[in-house]
Amino acid sequence: MNPALDAPNARPADLPGDLALPRSNGELIFAEPWQARAFGIAAALNESGAYPWRDFHASLAREIAANGSGDAADHYYARWLAALESLLAERGILSPSDIDARASQHAAANSHDDHNNHNHDSR
Amino acid sequence: MSEHAARQDAPADPALRTMAIESLLIEKGLLSTDAIDARVQAYEQDIGPLNGAKVVARAWTQPEYKRRLLSDATAAIAELGFSGSQGAEIVVLENTPQVHNLVVCTLCSCYPWPVLGLPPRWYKSDAYRARAVIEPRAVLKEFGLELDASIEVRVWDSNSDIRYMVLPQRPADTARLTEPELAALVTRDSMIGVAQAAAPQDSPSADSPSP
Repeated sequence: MNPALDAPNARPADLPGDLALPRSNGELIFAEPWQARAFGIAAALNESGAYPWRDFHASLAREIAANGSGDAADHYYARWLAALESLLAERGILSPSDIDARASQHAAANSHDDHNNHNHDSR
Repeated sequence: MSEHAARQDAPADPALRTMAIESLLIEKGLLSTDAIDARVQAYEQDIGPLNGAKVVARAWTQPEYKRRLLSDATAAIAELGFSGSQGAEIVVLENTPQVHNLVVCTLCSCYPWPVLGLPPRWYKSDAYRARAVIEPRAVLKEFGLELDASIEVRVWDSNSDIRYMVLPQRPADTARLTEPELAALVTRDSMIGVAQAAAPQDSPSADSPSP
């Protein structure tokens, strides 16, 4: 464990090694907008005191240990999202079934409007 | 009942799940959209439109590259190592003294991520999406860009197949600038078409007094 991450003020940019945020030439990579949202949600919850960053880090480490981090931002942020979901469940903030239900509602809403035909980016 | 049985119909699409988490947390009062935006911006400021700025600066300095960019932008952009727009084609529109191009996505927020990063919040707003088509000059004026009536304004609606990016006009008095210096003048807004590229800063060492 990186001692820097146990500091109360540890931040996403401090994630070490395999857990580091995907970058290209030093710049953060988000392959799709949802990845940036997932990143922002995890960072903002930490900032607002919902959990210390080391807890998110531990959850992400478990996900990556189980599934690998992969090279692509897609794969990395899939792990990131899973880490966020399990941390939210552990802390009793959101249950998986809450998220399932709301995601199903969004899916149903999408299939009933133009997005179904046009396959536009989700908002 | 097992968790798995209960969850079988739940969407696996990470974009939907992320949206679900965001909306639930906001409803619970645990987060605000602004707080999330602020974190994303803080970390992502530098990836944003940098790629697009490099493309524009290359086009300004290399006529042959510009020709390729205007005829097949997806390929020309990939030459610089930027790709990954999920199969969507990128089309680059050249601003000229006669024509000003403006990009919108009237249905949602389609945007050329590989070159411009994530769309700014106003790009996704109902107001911009509706008004850019109906009264583009009024919208541009609100962004601080007043165009002469003789300049034709063309509005382009990005969609899932084609994402538009504007090639702004090269600012005057930039003949001496290097490609990276030129790239620094290219703002995100200028590549959406709501602004011109920035004028070169008077460098502190330059002692040319303004007239």
